[in-house]
Amino acid sequence: MKFPKINFDNLKNEGTESVTAQERRKFLKLGLAVAGVYAGGKILSLTSIVGTAHASGGGVDLVKRYPYNPHYSMVIRQSLCIDCEKCVDACKSTNHVPDDGYRTRILTKKYSGTLDKQVEFIPVLCNHCNNAPCVRACPTRATYKDPVTGIVRMESKKCIGCKTCMLACPYDARYFSVERRAVDKCDFCWEERLSKGETQTGCSSACPTGARTFGNLTDPDNIVYKLVHQLEEQVWVLRPADDTKPNIFYMKGNMRSVDNILNEQKFKFSAPQKS
Amino acid sequence: MAGRMVDISKRWGFHGVEALKNASPGYKMLMGLFALLALAGVAVGFQGMFVGYHHVYGVTRQISWGLLISTYIFCVVTSTGLCIISSIGHVFGGEAFMPIAKRAVFMSIMFMFGGFCIIFFDIENPFRMAIWNVFSPNFVSNMWWMGTLYGMYLVFMIIEYFFLLEQNHSLSRLMGFFGLVVGIAAHSNLGAVFGMLHGRPFWYGPYLPIYFIFSAAMSGGCAILFFTTLGWRINPEIMNQRMERAVKAVTQVTIFLISVIIFFTIWKIITGMVSEGKQLVIMSFLTGDYSINFWVFEVFLGMFLPLYLLIRSRGNNFNLILTATGLMMIGIFFMRYDIVIPGQMESVYHSLGVVEEANLLTYTPSFHEIMVSLFGIGVIGLAYFAGEKMLNGHQLEKHEIVPEGGYICPGCGAIHFMEEGETEEDAMKRHHRIW
Repeated sequence: MKFPKINFDNLKNEGTESVTAQERRKFLKLGLAVAGVYAGGKILSLTSIVGTAHASGGGVDLVKRYPYNPHYSMVIRQSLCIDCEKCVDACKSTNHVPDDGYRTRILTKKYSGTLDKQVEFIPVLCNHCNNAPCVRACPTRATYKDPVTGIVRMESKKCIGCKTCMLACPYDARYFSVERRAVDKCDFCWEERLSKGETQTGCSSACPTGARTFGNLTDPDNIVYKLVHQLEEQVWVLRPADDTKPNIFYMKGNMRSVDNILNEQKFKFSAPQKS
Repeated sequence: MAGRMVDISKRWGFHGVEALKNASPGYKMLMGLFALLALAGVAVGFQGMFVGYHHVYGVTRQISWGLLISTYIFCVVTSTGLCIISSIGHVFGGEAFMPIAKRAVFMSIMFMFGGFCIIFFDIENPFRMAIWNVFSPNFVSNMWWMGTLYGMYLVFMIIEYFFLLEQNHSLSRLMGFFGLVVGIAAHSNLGAVFGMLHGRPFWYGPYLPIYFIFSAAMSGGCAILFFTTLGWRINPEIMNQRMERAVKAVTQVTIFLISVIIFFTIWKIITGMVSEGKQLVIMSFLTGDYSINFWVFEVFLGMFLPLYLLIRSRGNNFNLILTATGLMMIGIFFMRYDIVIPGQMESVYHSLGVVEEANLLTYTPSFHEIMVSLFGIGVIGLAYFAGEKMLNGHQLEKHEIVPEGGYICPGCGAIHFMEEGETEEDAMKRHHRIW
């Protein structure tokens, strides 16, 4: 078989005006859904869209495919974190976390030879994975995925203290609490706040810069939905290779494009031949 | 009633507590030492339970499995191995292996029991386990399968041992077969407890379940040789032609299995050196904190020295075999330790390049952990030394203890009983009916 010779340099530009905006959007969605990427760049497998995208024939109606409703999730805008640790304190006081344990913490990453900044802070907590290794590892189903909200929760009375979940967790989100006589972990403040009608977790409401944004991934008006469903800035998750499908998303989050999205500015594309 | 008791003790070849009383002072002191270890261990363990394990154990949030888990694994690996090697004889009919069966099954039960003793002090809520393992099982959890299957394994082994004493070879063979299947399933699940943790690259993969089975067989061969030759030092009368042949056969199998484990270890090191997630840990084996554990204990004491000595012994120099396998038991203990602790050394956030997790995590066993481990070891040691005397060296063909109506089977060396009007040949056929 011979390949046809195409001289790319001499090809005529067909222009973009012949493609309708709708077709353009459909094409983009198709490509992104098939690749399992939904946020510009080379990243990850965001939540569990990946598994179902092929069957849907083009990644439309993505919203309906989030496995939980409300699908609680957190987007961490890393550049906004200033390591004030108010979130850690709020978590401790809200959830009665003992001094020798923590449900969330802030990691420090240092750089040298960079022009803008030498240090970056990375808040970490339970990722409430859709495919949670701790839930699989627990011998007595003491830890489970909440069927409604997708929060990974603990039923303390069933915990035998074998600590397998602590090793199964790729995010170091679990510790053994002597007070509870069970392994303890972040539950997105379900017991102390969300189940009592509040909409924010202790850490996200304590955060002075908005680095931690908590919300419902199935609601298109929610800030979390908007931050994840944009192409302009890269969104990633921690340890994507473990294939846990986490629900904590990370982004730098200080670009103007993010402000535009939050201010509901529509995405504009340029058509060079029209200008 | 009393007559019946005597009858059973004769039938099973028991010497009973009398044998302990008649033991030499040195032997009594040795047993006392192990009893003391066990008692001190259990006392320290309960004290730790009362104070709270987080105050007295060296384990942390990130290294949450320590010395206790590795000693538990050492015990259950040896137990499974004893079952595997002894089953060559009394399950699969390898005649040369038959004389070792009684001692091997007895020690297998004791090692399993010792392992459970240790895990009792490691699990934070052992009493909840008994309830929720039954009422809230998670069928996709390896931990659940491991615990449940090992429980079943212990039951099968005890029933098998009963039938071995009863000289009911058909049923003991059937139970031995079930015990073997369940034991291998349990043991590979133990490997999978580690092998299915995505976040731990040093453990993750099919390597550990497979390695655990071969490693268990090696430990089993080593343990049989060690306890048989030690039994020979205690009571030289246990050695006879058939036992000598059995020791030779087990030595050959053990030499083969050590070579298999050397092969496994070589490839673990080589593949680990080119893997991003394992390289740091492998380098700490080769040149870092774990280099003494690895080179001296695991490689030299655990593999190369015993391999050399066992080959030199030709399977009939029992003193050499005793030395080789004694050193090997120590080496094998470190092999288990080197699986459990290093797998947790690299924090899950190490690859993120953050300041907090830049170094490998460290772990040192605490006094309480060491004592609780010694509790398990003490129980096993005590059971062994008591068993050697009370069960009369696990002998099968000692003429004095052949009861009336019984005879020594020329095939298996066990005592068979003839039913009325039965010839020896018919009795042998009945005892060795293949299922």
